[in-house]
Amino acid sequence: MPVDYLKETPSQTGGPYVHIGCLPSFAGLNLRTQDKPHILAGGGVPGERIRIEGVVWDGSGHPLRDVMLELWQADSTGAYNAPGFRGWGRVGADAETGLWAFETVRPGATPWIDGRPQAPHCSLLLFARGINIHLHTRIYFDDRADANAADPALLSIELVHRRQTLIATRQAEGQGGPDVPTFRFDVHLQGARETVFFDC
Amino acid sequence: MSNDTGEFVRRDRAWHPPAFTPQYKTSVLRSPGKALVSLRQSVGERAGPVFGHGDLDPLDNDLIRNYITTGEEAMGERIIVHGRVVDEMGRPVRGSLVEVWQANAGGRYRHRHDRYMAPLDPNFGGCGRCVTDDDGRYFFRTIKPGPYPWMNHNSDWRPSHIHFSLFGNAFAQRLVTQMYFEGDPLIARCPIIGTIPDKAAVDMLVAKLDMGEMVPFDSLVYRFDLVLRGRRSTFFENRPEGN
Repeated sequence: MPVDYLKETPSQTGGPYVHIGCLPSFAGLNLRTQDKPHILAGGGVPGERIRIEGVVWDGSGHPLRDVMLELWQADSTGAYNAPGFRGWGRVGADAETGLWAFETVRPGATPWIDGRPQAPHCSLLLFARGINIHLHTRIYFDDRADANAADPALLSIELVHRRQTLIATRQAEGQGGPDVPTFRFDVHLQGARETVFFDC
Repeated sequence: MSNDTGEFVRRDRAWHPPAFTPQYKTSVLRSPGKALVSLRQSVGERAGPVFGHGDLDPLDNDLIRNYITTGEEAMGERIIVHGRVVDEMGRPVRGSLVEVWQANAGGRYRHRHDRYMAPLDPNFGGCGRCVTDDDGRYFFRTIKPGPYPWMNHNSDWRPSHIHFSLFGNAFAQRLVTQMYFEGDPLIARCPIIGTIPDKAAVDMLVAKLDMGEMVPFDSLVYRFDLVLRGRRSTFFENRPEGN
């Protein structure tokens, strides 16, 4: 008999009311009203301020209006859990349009397991009704094309055309204003443009 | 051997519910159609956000009292839920944020999208959180949530349940799940629980009545332990020289 380990507790969907526990003021609860977890970086955090926005689309082309997303990233120097910057944020999609947005700083390069640099990226998790176990993807930036071309995680995606699904595109002028570049990152759950999701 | 930066044991995807589960209709259009891509865990997946008691409000783990608006405690069957969070090797998971949310005693959520006919309780929000201690233990006080009907197969019923969100100590340990109550006849009839292939896995989601910890003349107690992914040992550094 092989060695026995405990089994991981199985996942269940976050459901349609995930906001109550995770984003109470979004759900309409009069709790923690000062919480703005979609803003990762306050004014004092060093680095280039960016905005990342997008919509999650279902297999019929409709926006997910009840999805909750979590972002996890290094600071501008490539350090995780740096003092003064937790690097974690959470947002609920707009209940009408499905649009979501994070305000953060552009992450620095982080090391791959063999020490090669990984291109600047954020990790993104999706939780929603109908999603039985959270989906895990990454957001890269299209104005870092050279770094992306050498990124070990992107290169590990065998189907070359699918790598593009992880690259956010810089918008000409976004809601962040001229000084805050806005990147668009749409997630497609199914179909020809299906986003790459990871098992890690 | 280092245990705080190592890689995590692979996730047993056959143990978790698959993405595409047509008996739970909403999953049909929300399940990826392509295979997941294997990703080696690097620094970002092996670390995770750190939460502490400084992030918590004093009543965050007391759902009976953290949403009082008319001077009364929340209505319903008073319960305490407690347990231990360990990893697959049985080690305590310390300092993990645990978030919970649930319906009220009548099965109604305090959410702008819940239209169920059962009334809201003015003194119940249904939102709580806590952080595990050095032994991986957590507890909170609440009322037992009611079952409720939902739009699946012409009124399926959800068994009484509490939603759980755990961070562990690394991004790779993130888990969202639901806790059910021992003896509930709706468990076997729930299409969402039915997405889990193995009955032994379902059993891990069922809290046990804990009469030893019962608080006399006050609250029943349920015990719910959770297991997050475990970190492998690093026997040899396999990084090439010079890196």
